[in-house]
Amino acid sequence: METKQTAQINDDLLRPLFRTTWRFYCGAIVCGAVVAAAMAAFGYQVWNGIGVWGIDRPVFWAFDITNFVFWIGISHAGTLISAILRLANATWRRPVTRCAEVITVFALSIGGMFPVVHLGRPWLAFWLFPYRSEREIWPQFRSPLMWDFFAIGTYLTGSITFLLLPIIPDWALVRDKAAGWRKRMYGMLALGWRGTPRQWHRLESAMHIMAVAIIPVAVSVHTIVSWDFAMAPVPMWHSTIFGPYFVAGAIFSGIAGLILAMAILRKLLHLEEYLLPVHFDNLGKLLLMMSLLWFYFVFAERLTTWYGNEASEMAVFWQTQRGGFAPLFWAMVVCNFVIPFPLLAIKKLRTISGTVIASATIVVGMWLERFLIIVPSLSHKYLPYAWGTYRPTWVEITLTAGTFAAMGLFYLLFAKFVPIISVWELKAGMRAAPAVPSPLPARTRSLPLTAGPRTAVPRTADAGLGATDD
Amino acid sequence: MIAIYGLYPDPDSAERALDSLRGARAELGFAPRDIAVISSEPFEGYGFSRGVDERDHKTIMPWLAALGGALGGFTGLEFATLTQNAYPLATGGMPLAPLWTNGIITYELTMLGAILTTLVTLAVSAGLPNPRAKLYDPEVSDGNILVGVIDPSDRSRPALSKLLLDAGAAKVREFPPRF
Repeated sequence: METKQTAQINDDLLRPLFRTTWRFYCGAIVCGAVVAAAMAAFGYQVWNGIGVWGIDRPVFWAFDITNFVFWIGISHAGTLISAILRLANATWRRPVTRCAEVITVFALSIGGMFPVVHLGRPWLAFWLFPYRSEREIWPQFRSPLMWDFFAIGTYLTGSITFLLLPIIPDWALVRDKAAGWRKRMYGMLALGWRGTPRQWHRLESAMHIMAVAIIPVAVSVHTIVSWDFAMAPVPMWHSTIFGPYFVAGAIFSGIAGLILAMAILRKLLHLEEYLLPVHFDNLGKLLLMMSLLWFYFVFAERLTTWYGNEASEMAVFWQTQRGGFAPLFWAMVVCNFVIPFPLLAIKKLRTISGTVIASATIVVGMWLERFLIIVPSLSHKYLPYAWGTYRPTWVEITLTAGTFAAMGLFYLLFAKFVPIISVWELKAGMRAAPAVPSPLPARTRSLPLTAGPRTAVPRTADAGLGATDD
Repeated sequence: MIAIYGLYPDPDSAERALDSLRGARAELGFAPRDIAVISSEPFEGYGFSRGVDERDHKTIMPWLAALGGALGGFTGLEFATLTQNAYPLATGGMPLAPLWTNGIITYELTMLGAILTTLVTLAVSAGLPNPRAKLYDPEVSDGNILVGVIDPSDRSRPALSKLLLDAGAAKVREFPPRF
């Protein structure tokens, strides 16, 4: 690759780190204000008690667990795009992987807060840690809530590792381009990275192992989250479909979240030459597939319930189909399928704007889906005299808004300190391999890290269109 | 540590330089491990990306990750089982230490063990963090590839400089730079 082209890529992708525009300040102030409001609402809740929420007998879980499940679901974007496509050697993923991995880490962090937020005494959250209390009691390992602790902890550790490892060479790049305090800061963050063959080989080996490891962890995390519900004898919860249903829904909402993040970044940071229409097209196809899969799972779950005709389950069923929750249910169907399906299935409509509109409706629809899994079932359990209703208060609404603002704020700050597109991976993907790979030196028998010589991927609108590394 | 190196604008010339250095090392009196290659991206498919000897492109990291996973899984299983038997709490007709549920804890700690082992192995084998000043040139970040020799003898320096230039180096420099 020409040095001039390398210099252009460096300038384009490092510009947000060295120059701050009014858009950054506006976004940070707006998101920061909403986050501050959410923190104030949380403080109000801690001071006055959980009674300031709308939850009451029998609906003890509502917005809190909806947000928990929703954000854990959004986190699956990174795993799918980065890990699965890395293992599949899909070249087009390269500009997109870091955007996706960042979503995973921040979404997990936000979602993982809610088991603490929803405690009546959040300062006792350390009781979840596996240690022996003063009464010699260990945590209850047979509880799905403890499984959540281990699963989310493992996934968060793995996701942070998966995000930070490939950033090290880019921090070395910034170190070389920066001056003053930035040079010192990125010098520390780069950990002395130089780019020797041994370092590259070890890094790529580690990324490969992490990609293989993180996929089953991601599947297990959302399966375990689903078991918070499926293990309970609550109407329409105690179902074996919950595991795969939740995983599919998580990937579905994750891809939608990723598309939205990419579209915003493309506009704000002027990354039109790197986040190409083909990336949105490919992600749109994945989103279409997940939309169909989501519809299949919902249909299978509802058909099973309707066909079984068990009284308690039918009470919940009709509440969502025709009763008090019907508007939300049909809004969910419209948002998750009716609007996205034509936008994603018809090639002419599967543009950047089309995929963004579809993704926005899907994010709304998936939040509604989590709500509709939780609240209708809890409000209509087995004993009719114990049926109840739920209405959120300003505290819960503010906390929910705060999570979206927090995601925006974390993303803005991240893009300010780290190149949001992986510079070295992008350059490596754009380079043509030699016509005849160099022979191995004598007495060396290692396998190549990739399947074979890559073809050049030009920086045009056609870049990566269906291309793979094979 | 001192070094003489060339900066190459493209991987083909860097490959030529490495081949030339390998060919001349007996004559100029340096070992294969004294040859240094540094780049801002992995140039897969090129010989220089595989380093100068086996240790640069062979690793037991996957095996260590598997071992770490096994240790993590064993820890998880024993931890859950021993603690459940230490303070027996009867729960919903389940055995004290059911494999179904303890299997979940075991699985998660298996994966955590593999992940942490991979991270530690990478740090150790890649020499990170490395606060000491080692051979490097910031122009590598502009897409140039550094190929050079560490600690060459005084008498071989002129020949090395010529060799690096003849291979296509845009610049030949010394490390640390002389002011």
